[in-house]
Amino acid sequence: MNEIIDIPVEQLHAEMKKLHDERHFDFLRSLTGMDWQEEGLGVVYHLENTLTGENTVVRTHSANRENPEIPTVCDIWKAAEFNEREAFDFYGIRFTNHPDLRRLYLRDDWVGHPLRKDYDMSEETNPLRMTNEEPVDTTARLEVLRDGSVIEKREVIFEDNEYIINIGPQHPATHGVLRFRVSLEGEIIQKLDVHCGYIHRGIEKMCESLTYPQTLALTDRLDYLGAHQNRHALCMCIEKAMGVEVSERVQYIRTIMDELQRIDSHLLFFSCLCMDLGALTAFFYGFRDREKILDIFEETTGGRLIQNYNTIGGVQTDIAPSFVQKVKEFIAYLRPTLREYHEVFTGNIIAEQRLKGVGVLSREDAISFGATGGTGRAAGWACDVRKRHPYGVYDKVEFNEVLFTEGDSYARYMVRMKEIEESLRIIEQLIDNIPEGEYQQKMKPIIRIPEGSYYSAVEGSRGEFGVFIESKGDKYPYRMKFRSTGLPLVSCMETLTRGAKIADLIAIGGTVDYVVPDIDR
Amino acid sequence: MFDFSIITNWIHEQLISFMPTGLAVFVECVAIGICIMLMYAVLAIIMIFMERKVCAAFQCRLGPMRVGPYGTIQVFADVFKMLIKEIITINHADKFLYNLAPYIVILASIMSFSCLPINKGLEVLDFNVGIFFMLAASSIGIVGILLAGWSSNNKYSLIGAMRSGAQMISYELSIGLSILTIVVLTDTLQLSEIVERQADGWFLFKGHIPAFIAFVIYLIAGNAEVNRGPFDLPEAESELTAGYHTEYSGMHFGLFYVAEFVNLFIIAGIAATIFLGGWMPLHIPGLDGFNQAMDYIPGFVWFFAKAFFIVWLLMWFKWTFPRLRIDQILTLEWKYLVPIGLVNLLLMVIIVVFKLHF
Repeated sequence: MNEIIDIPVEQLHAEMKKLHDERHFDFLRSLTGMDWQEEGLGVVYHLENTLTGENTVVRTHSANRENPEIPTVCDIWKAAEFNEREAFDFYGIRFTNHPDLRRLYLRDDWVGHPLRKDYDMSEETNPLRMTNEEPVDTTARLEVLRDGSVIEKREVIFEDNEYIINIGPQHPATHGVLRFRVSLEGEIIQKLDVHCGYIHRGIEKMCESLTYPQTLALTDRLDYLGAHQNRHALCMCIEKAMGVEVSERVQYIRTIMDELQRIDSHLLFFSCLCMDLGALTAFFYGFRDREKILDIFEETTGGRLIQNYNTIGGVQTDIAPSFVQKVKEFIAYLRPTLREYHEVFTGNIIAEQRLKGVGVLSREDAISFGATGGTGRAAGWACDVRKRHPYGVYDKVEFNEVLFTEGDSYARYMVRMKEIEESLRIIEQLIDNIPEGEYQQKMKPIIRIPEGSYYSAVEGSRGEFGVFIESKGDKYPYRMKFRSTGLPLVSCMETLTRGAKIADLIAIGGTVDYVVPDIDR
Repeated sequence: MFDFSIITNWIHEQLISFMPTGLAVFVECVAIGICIMLMYAVLAIIMIFMERKVCAAFQCRLGPMRVGPYGTIQVFADVFKMLIKEIITINHADKFLYNLAPYIVILASIMSFSCLPINKGLEVLDFNVGIFFMLAASSIGIVGILLAGWSSNNKYSLIGAMRSGAQMISYELSIGLSILTIVVLTDTLQLSEIVERQADGWFLFKGHIPAFIAFVIYLIAGNAEVNRGPFDLPEAESELTAGYHTEYSGMHFGLFYVAEFVNLFIIAGIAATIFLGGWMPLHIPGLDGFNQAMDYIPGFVWFFAKAFFIVWLLMWFKWTFPRLRIDQILTLEWKYLVPIGLVNLLLMVIIVVFKLHF
């Protein structure tokens, strides 16, 4: 992050438009709500130019703590829509002209905005409510009048006579507790409204009162299928801030673990997609093979799903003595098994018909939504962080970034299947050459990060996973934000499913491959 | 070939020897009714067990293993559990229709089940329009499913029921056409007669090309008719939780469940009867010794072996293919199966007229 631009609120929209149109910053990597106490509330935007890879950080803030108003940028980047709703939810920042300014995670009757530093944590403000909230079918839009005053307009999401069904929060195809409200015309989806927050744990708020080593424990619980990568990102960010260089050995181990985790996640993706499409046998094949990776993990880290392996300056323990051999056996085993998957599922005419041409996401939309990972690459956007901003030892290995141009569900599926092969290739190049060395750097007993803001990202199993830390030089982070990989994916569900059939929603949801604990941080 | 009518006639004579004929017929009807119900239940249990084991084998698992040797008691335990479970009634549901629906489904299933000729002389419902009756009886089941979906006051159920209605009504056409193809070949609608005509070779071989096409169409359409395999979208668990029977519990759900499995058997049984010779042993014209040896195997063994072979085939489909989408299902039926079925029927007529069959 080389430059930080401070833009006053009044010029924000015009300046951002300029950045987008003239300097081609078309990818909004991350949008973070901030509470700078006496300076007021604000937003930090991380932007990237997808042509040159140039990055910039924009900050803006509003001194008004009561009713902070910041113009929305969701007409410039679609990704901003959900992120701004999140900032509204947690900071009470009112984004003017935002088309759908509702709370994203918390209940509508929640009092206050919990990530504000002056939020009242007492139980009296928000008692445990035992009643369901009434579904509200309208949303707010803050319009700026010509004289600068702001009025609130209600807009209707669902009419009374629409046939609305709930997909979730308890539904076998949402892969977690996500809820879609879907308006149907026969079998055809007219509108889709995403409701998040059923398992929101307030991890970002918790992090603000934990020391840096303590925050590590929470990242594994975000995207549980990218536990290694998430923790890798956080460790990297802290190490970068402290100026710590980890040893070559640690880099190798982390990279191998990341790739194993990616294979693990993609195998689960395959299984779940097959199950969603009704091919239950293929589901078991995927799980059978995923088990082998989990065994490898367990041997080294002691954990299967939640591994707690990366630490600041190293990894928790050295790799198990049989690790290298087991990984090699696994690679030799998985290659022919992948062919079996293709025979069982990919080549099947029904599977092809269910996936091809379904839920097409254009490259422009993928970038605008910030839908990274397999979803973006299926649309032809080279968004792999491993190539854009190499970390670990990815600059030393040879691998292809799998790209498709169709952007449909089939392309999204194939990207993942091909990525398994690429991951195997990466591991193959590294597994024999793990250098000797320390697996854990000596660190100070109390870790403090110098004042400033830091952002680092890794390629998670399903997209860019970023960590943004703002530090005041304390042993606690002042603000820690995780760029969710799933939130952009979920935000583009509306675009993907409009006009599709209800069965397509399941196929699209399966191929977009979001994981809910990562959306509800 | 052992003729079961010897036993049934003997029972009949014994009964009328000490009671009036009307009463005797009544007693026989009751006894047969009970026998059919029992057989129905036993078959359902066997089918459920088979499904679990076959599916497990395809999925590299063992299936039920704990209760009884190789898990054989598991299904009995499940049935017992189902029987003692509470039947929950849903608020704002149409109570009468809600409770009626599973019985309509099971009624249709039992009626068509009793048409199946299991052995020589062991046909319960056997008259000159047997196949027609069976098709008519089995289509009553749709009403039950539609009612279940409508009356449970659940949006998933309703979508499932609508899908089911569209699908089953469509595919009945293909089933009808493929059966009609064989009827053209046999010039009878009576099931026992159809079996008798296959003494010198099963229709699958006698009718060669059109019979084979009809058989394939029948298997696809039959699979769709019982909402299974790649056509299970009325109850697509990953889309609609459980489709039309989402809101049913206890034995009401059990009735749907049992009916689904026995319907699968009925579809397989009809296929065995009209394409594979039913209880008729494998006869190859000219090989008398072989034919006689085959005759020693009782007819019901032949029937069940053939039926279960087809059941296994359909299970194989189910556990291999992903699910279709509703528009694809209707496209498959109306754009492919029905035209092919019609042309196939014409082909069969030509073959019969010019006596090109064996």
